[in-house]
Amino acid sequence: MTEDEIRAAVLAALTGVAPDIEDETVDPATPFRDQFDFDSMDLLNFAIALHRSLGVEIPEIDYPKVASLEGCLGYLSGKLQDA
Amino acid sequence: MQWEPIHKKNGTGPVAPNLGDYDRVRSEFSWVSARAALDGLPGGDGLNIAHEAVDRHAAGPRAGHTAIRWIARSGAVRDISYAELRTLTSRFANALKGLGVAKGERVFALAGRVPELYVAALGTLKAGSVFCPLFSAFGPEPIKSRMTLGSARVLVTTTALYRRKVEPMRAELPELRHVILIDGDGSVPGTLGFAALTADAGDAFAIAPTDPEDMALLHFTSGTTGRPKGAIHVHGAIVAHHATARLALDLHPEDVFWCTADPGWVTGTSYGIIGPLSVGVTLLVDEEEFDAERWYRTLQDQKVTVWYTAPTAIRMMMKLGIEPIRGFDTSSLRFLASVGEPLNPEGVVWGVEAFGLPFHDNWWQTETGGIMIANYAAMDIRPGSMGKPLPGIEAAVVERLDDGGVRVIDEPDREGELALRPGWPSMFRGYLNEEERYAKCFAGGWYLSGDLARRDADGYFWFVGRADDVIKSAGHLIGPFEVESALMEHPAVAEAGVIGKPDPVAMEVVKAFVALKPGFEAGEPLRRELLGHCRKRLGAAVAPREIDFLKDLPRTRSGKIMRRLLKARELGLPEGDTSTLESGT
Repeated sequence: MTEDEIRAAVLAALTGVAPDIEDETVDPATPFRDQFDFDSMDLLNFAIALHRSLGVEIPEIDYPKVASLEGCLGYLSGKLQDA
Repeated sequence: MQWEPIHKKNGTGPVAPNLGDYDRVRSEFSWVSARAALDGLPGGDGLNIAHEAVDRHAAGPRAGHTAIRWIARSGAVRDISYAELRTLTSRFANALKGLGVAKGERVFALAGRVPELYVAALGTLKAGSVFCPLFSAFGPEPIKSRMTLGSARVLVTTTALYRRKVEPMRAELPELRHVILIDGDGSVPGTLGFAALTADAGDAFAIAPTDPEDMALLHFTSGTTGRPKGAIHVHGAIVAHHATARLALDLHPEDVFWCTADPGWVTGTSYGIIGPLSVGVTLLVDEEEFDAERWYRTLQDQKVTVWYTAPTAIRMMMKLGIEPIRGFDTSSLRFLASVGEPLNPEGVVWGVEAFGLPFHDNWWQTETGGIMIANYAAMDIRPGSMGKPLPGIEAAVVERLDDGGVRVIDEPDREGELALRPGWPSMFRGYLNEEERYAKCFAGGWYLSGDLARRDADGYFWFVGRADDVIKSAGHLIGPFEVESALMEHPAVAEAGVIGKPDPVAMEVVKAFVALKPGFEAGEPLRRELLGHCRKRLGAAVAPREIDFLKDLPRTRSGKIMRRLLKARELGLPEGDTSTLESGT
């Protein structure tokens, strides 16, 4: 899977949870919470959506690692390489 | 399943509990003696929360003791002593005076957990103005309605929150005169920078005479219908904040106390700022949100002794299991408490497995200002029970009568509405500008809480449910009307009904049922659009997580949407008495 494909899947999962941000630019380094008021339930739904689209299981203890775009892309590419 | 009581072996803990023998302390307790444990303003000039929480410690042997230990998101730690906190809050109070902010005028806060928020809260109280915290994850609409209802004069916030949520509607807040940006330098039009403003202000501030009945805090809460309600609390509430922090949370001056609640909600103010500081403890504040490993590390590194958290967080930790905790030394903990919604017995007992200590659930509301019913350090716990009333608090289970009065239910284990005998110091003194709604909370000499409960034969209270349609999600009360109103603003929506859908972690999540106007098609694109519409207006904390489309919504003959019926259908429960239902639905 290419980096672009991962990014597309992440953005799709993100806007699935928070459709209000569809037209906004996502700052890669800033946590979703600071940009879009993401809370823990949003993160849970985000992780479930990623599992569904990418087949990557994200244990809950790792949720803080996927809480920003940058963190999430790094985490997922690591996971997908391992697989 | 029947849960075994958790027996306490008294006299084995590291410190003697403040409440050793429940019956004895309760019989000897009086609010007059609780008041005597405080100093009062010098010269007998009344009672001011900020004096009891800050200045009196700063003037004595605890001056150098750490009042607030703040952990930045980066992990950096900043300690603020009581003496320093006195200076910082005095500067803020002087700054407010310099801006011409008068006694009784409202200072709102919309910010994450940063030191300036705590300084603003206490400095506002010093100045005799009224502090009103807002949850920073609120969207523009909840912010606007609360600031309008509360006649906000000053707003303390951050540049990012201001830009995103307040600036676009500033013109609609004509009473708002000053916006102070915590990270600002005055370059954003119409704002002041916190640092510059307070640097120029004097270090000393003499608190003006304060009547214990002077308004101190305004906390917004939600009802079933209508607008949010601003519950008024007075400076005299400090007597209850202080007494309950000692008795229910067992706080001692040498404690390192961590309340994980955000000051945007009443818990984060009463016990995340005021109560513990009045006892003289070190208050731990973490800027970061829930992150299990970070929390365990914080408990370990900061040697937290008393921890006050919420069922939603406990259940999230339970899902992660015990394993992640094993790498950390949490042995400094000696007392764990929980509030926000009832803590299920599994959560109480899990505390023992995870930390060697049970969680002590307690019960109170925005209106009560402080803990009313609790499990105590030295009292056996019946897992799932909220415990017994605080000393000084008379609680009962009552039923409302047709004549407008109430009857106290004396028989054990019978369900009814949880009621409290008015007169405790932190009782709300009104809903701002809503006399009628305030009066409706009282009947037959009781404050009626809106929560259903039962009391067992030994005096332990048990939560049963809400008497109304208010939604309890992740420790926050959400008014269905506020959510329905936002949905109705969307051009596709003809009618909307909002319920709390049971959730294993958050207790309830907000779920909306929507009927569409002709010409609009139900489907995924519109569902997403409505979700986005609500999140934008209400913020993630209030917006629905789920939306279902219905052809039409069940209404009573008088036209009211039957949320209860929507909920019964959602849960697959019997629909109950539908005789008042409009025909055809």
